[in-house]
Amino acid sequence: MSASGLILHPAEPPPPAARLGPAGWARQHLFNSRTSGVITVLLVITLAALLAIIASWALTSARWGVVTDNLRLFLIGLYPPAEAWRPWLGLMVVSTLTGFSAGTWGGPLRTTAVWLGAAQLLLAGLMLASPMGPVPAFGMVLGAGVIGAGAMAARRRPPSRRLLRWAWLGSLPLVWLLLGGITDGVVLPPVGTDLWGGLLLTLVLASVSIVLSFPLGVLLALGRRSSLPVVRILCTGFIEVVRGVPLVTIIYLADIMLPLFLPGDVRIDRVIRAIGGLTLFSAAYLAENVRGGLQAIPRGQLEAAHALGLGAIAIHRFIVLPQALRMTIPANVGLFISLLKDTTLVIIVGLLEILGIGRAVLAQPEWLGAQVEVYVFIAVVFFVLCWTISQASYRLEATLGVGRR
Amino acid sequence: MPDPSLEDADPIIHIEDVHKWFGELHVLRGVSLDVAPGEVVVVFGPSGSGKSTLIRTINRLETHQRGRIIVDGIELTDDIRNIAQIRREIGMVFQSFNLFPHLTVLDNVALAPIQVRGWRRERAESDAMDLLRRVGIPEQAQKYPAQLSGGQQQRVAIARALAMQPRIMLFDEPTSALDPEMINEVLEVMRELAASGMTMVCVTHEMGFARAVADRMVFMDEGSIVEIGPPAQIFEAPQEERTRRFLQQIRH
Repeated sequence: MSASGLILHPAEPPPPAARLGPAGWARQHLFNSRTSGVITVLLVITLAALLAIIASWALTSARWGVVTDNLRLFLIGLYPPAEAWRPWLGLMVVSTLTGFSAGTWGGPLRTTAVWLGAAQLLLAGLMLASPMGPVPAFGMVLGAGVIGAGAMAARRRPPSRRLLRWAWLGSLPLVWLLLGGITDGVVLPPVGTDLWGGLLLTLVLASVSIVLSFPLGVLLALGRRSSLPVVRILCTGFIEVVRGVPLVTIIYLADIMLPLFLPGDVRIDRVIRAIGGLTLFSAAYLAENVRGGLQAIPRGQLEAAHALGLGAIAIHRFIVLPQALRMTIPANVGLFISLLKDTTLVIIVGLLEILGIGRAVLAQPEWLGAQVEVYVFIAVVFFVLCWTISQASYRLEATLGVGRR
Repeated sequence: MPDPSLEDADPIIHIEDVHKWFGELHVLRGVSLDVAPGEVVVVFGPSGSGKSTLIRTINRLETHQRGRIIVDGIELTDDIRNIAQIRREIGMVFQSFNLFPHLTVLDNVALAPIQVRGWRRERAESDAMDLLRRVGIPEQAQKYPAQLSGGQQQRVAIARALAMQPRIMLFDEPTSALDPEMINEVLEVMRELAASGMTMVCVTHEMGFARAVADRMVFMDEGSIVEIGPPAQIFEAPQEERTRRFLQQIRH
């Protein structure tokens, strides 16, 4: 400090210590007056009582057997048990990529990797307590291990980032193929998407819709600002129509109406129809988020880019979109989190994602009355997923310096 | 400083009876001006006189509705190819810098040569470093614009424009957004650039700079050119009453 010449008098006393001890903090924030002291005490007692009630229910009277006994259903639905290694292998592919990416890029991917690893260890524990037994549990532990090993390997010898990006892009169709199998395949006998279910289906619906709706939404946002009237009107019309209709309706329409418009011999898979509905819905909202970001870019940026002779495509790719997308990260992450939760709506067209499986499980006579356990479990699963996404996005914002400017 | 040989050369910028309207507002009212290669022209005048608009028509950031503008033998029309070609020949520096905040200083300078000229990254970056040395801030290459002072940012902006190896540089009030102590570092770079033979059109109120560097000065008011002349004439013996009054006002 003194080197920068900011301190004028060497004898000036140092500024008062900003840090309070824990006791000092409590006095200042919890007990700074009689009223606040009373409120603090009352709230603490209430919270403790609530926690005690919940804990005693969870530890003594709750029938968690409904979760462990049906764990396979919750995780992969009616996917044939003999083929269950395929979703696990798919998860392993994702784990490997996550590990390598975490070691290469750090930041948000490290957060994701940590949570993905933790979730797999947790699942391993649940599997041990379930009839699924130690083999898949071992697979989960292996998955967590692969994440750590990949991260360390990438730290030591960073792989090509371009290769990793392509690997991520390729992993989606690869995993889809792995899950769906090949017609007449001996190694990978086909497994119809009507058998996909549970958490597996939830994740497939959410991740594919997110990946597809992102570029579509960006294109719609750009189209809405296009100077070509036809493009502009089409994009605006699409966005406004989709945003004006409830998601449930769109999923119904995608499921029932789409086949009516297509020639009779063209059959689109039910899961794909649902993904289509979810994608269109979230693309329309994403387009509006991105449009907000586009509008926030100062005119001077475009003028400078034009003056340098950059063409329209280069301006968007290097100047406009990087800034606009960065600004819209918080809004888009919020959108993706709600999309993840909205996947539960596909229950209306008969798809059994994790919530649908929950309802099916509750219909079994032996688990009558175990609603609370089932819904608490599903709530926890969703919370962990959403928490991971939002933590990763905070790291992403910090890494990209949003709000720093 | 005025160089008589300039008068004979073919103009690199030819502006002929240019008119422009913003809606109902007639902002350029028949402006004509020729700039010779290597000439430094300073445009000045009260705010709203159309001086910024005039230089922005030269690289087509603004369109003109009547008259002709020919830059380096190419006439500015709605043809996009012409515009792209001309913008490659003209560098521009703005009042508010307009650096790209998400790119490092080095990337700000190297982006256009890579994307527009198709240079390899290594070449563009080594050229960019040379330019950053020329404007005196090579040590800032890896920083982001927001981490730099205003004067440094404007010097980066000059380097960025020079990276395209333009034949003409336009300056739109380059020092008006700067704190007083930073104005000189930018003017110093501009002086060096003028000495290197660059054709420059500068909108500025830095009269000291104009007196020292300009070959000709252009006084604009209400969308028209009121007076053109070498600095000696403009400062010592302005021909027009309006020029005299304006100079008195800005000198206090």
